[in-house]
Amino acid sequence: MGQTLSVKQLEAWYGSNKTLKGINMEIAANHVTAIIGPSGCGKSTFVRCINRMHETMPGTKVKGEIILDGESIYDQDPVVLRKMVGMVFQKPNPFPSMSIYENVVAGVRLNGTRNKQNLQVIAEKSLRMAALWDEVKDRLNYSGMSLSGGQQQRLCIARALAVEPSVLLMDEPASALDPIATTHIEELVRQLKEDYTILIVTHNMQQAARIADSTAFFLNGELVEHGPTSDIFTNPNDKRTEDYITGRFG
Amino acid sequence: MRQSLNDGQLVLIQLLKDMGAEVERILQGCMQTLISLDRKQADFWIAEDQKINDFERQVDDECVRLIATQQPVAKDLRKIISAMKISTDLERMGDLAIDIAKIVRRIEGPLLKKLVDIPIMAEKSLGMMKQGLEAYASEDMELAHDLAVQDDQVDHLYKRVVKDLLVIMTERPEVLDQGMYLSFVGRYLERFADHATNIGENVIYIATAGRQDLNK
Repeated sequence: MGQTLSVKQLEAWYGSNKTLKGINMEIAANHVTAIIGPSGCGKSTFVRCINRMHETMPGTKVKGEIILDGESIYDQDPVVLRKMVGMVFQKPNPFPSMSIYENVVAGVRLNGTRNKQNLQVIAEKSLRMAALWDEVKDRLNYSGMSLSGGQQQRLCIARALAVEPSVLLMDEPASALDPIATTHIEELVRQLKEDYTILIVTHNMQQAARIADSTAFFLNGELVEHGPTSDIFTNPNDKRTEDYITGRFG
Repeated sequence: MRQSLNDGQLVLIQLLKDMGAEVERILQGCMQTLISLDRKQADFWIAEDQKINDFERQVDDECVRLIATQQPVAKDLRKIISAMKISTDLERMGDLAIDIAKIVRRIEGPLLKKLVDIPIMAEKSLGMMKQGLEAYASEDMELAHDLAVQDDQVDHLYKRVVKDLLVIMTERPEVLDQGMYLSFVGRYLERFADHATNIGENVIYIATAGRQDLNK
């Protein structure tokens, strides 16, 4: 099951550059929440804070609180946290030297599961959830790089799902894909929200409108507006949101 | 920013204005025909209806093109959806004008009385249509709200027309048919004004995303 995220007064810096300026946001469990906003508004930083990736870069700083299922993520071991909070990136990034199967179970193996039969069950389950199983079941030993871009991205989603997270972060997961592969990913996201809390960063307004239950608009490191997607795209409260979604920003 | 969408919205405003001008020309022609009872002219105006239908198609096509190519949202989308609805209202208004010309073909003999309130209704209803279109072009809520007041005036005139005709029909049963037909004309003009209030309701929807009934 997905879990609720509660973000309180979150601030983040790259060196002296403050990229998040006090974000307060409730992210509902088993919902798809889209983060939209112009480049440099802090949306990627925001999702990178949620699995504590932001602080791994030199010169960065984070302040504030993120509560996952009642517990502060900063009280947890980042490695344990990342088991609960999976991430999919803009460009599909399968491990190049690994087969499809090895890619999927890489995280599970790292976490200590060695039993071959268990790993096979997890691989099949994850690939099925990522809607990739039927396309790769006969070539699990082929390189992950042999797949098309859209398949590679679904492989990365399967890899993220294999460790059974409760939150899935997706940073523009379809922006490097063609329309057919994009449709696959979008359909997948809609199915996955039954079991996961999904946070998706996207530059594609229509994609946010199609798949997100709620949408948050970020601007200059601030959360301008967060509400049901149907409201944001039909009648936003803030003029800056309207200017952005109607393409009249700036 | 978004010049092609802005241009498309300006095209819609112009198309609706042109369509409104066409409806105005036809209603004025039909009213003239009613006063003169010129049946030949009535046939001419009935054929003119096609021009309004063509405008409606043009507005629809432009709206579909903008939705398909520009993916409008929020107020942009409301403007385009409203343009489609307004063109439907204008098309209906054109039909109502033509219905008056069709009545002219049925009336036999001279008019039972000099028409007074019916031409005033036509003039007021046309004024409402133009005001509605102006409100759409300038997104002027005040102009839109004012249509409700004017609609009440048209409704009042309609009631008076029917009452007056009823008295005449009671006193002169030989003009019963014509009395009925002229009441229909009153009804058409009253409906024409109702469609003008619909235009105002669309303007309010564009500005607020909320709905308001201007025809209570």
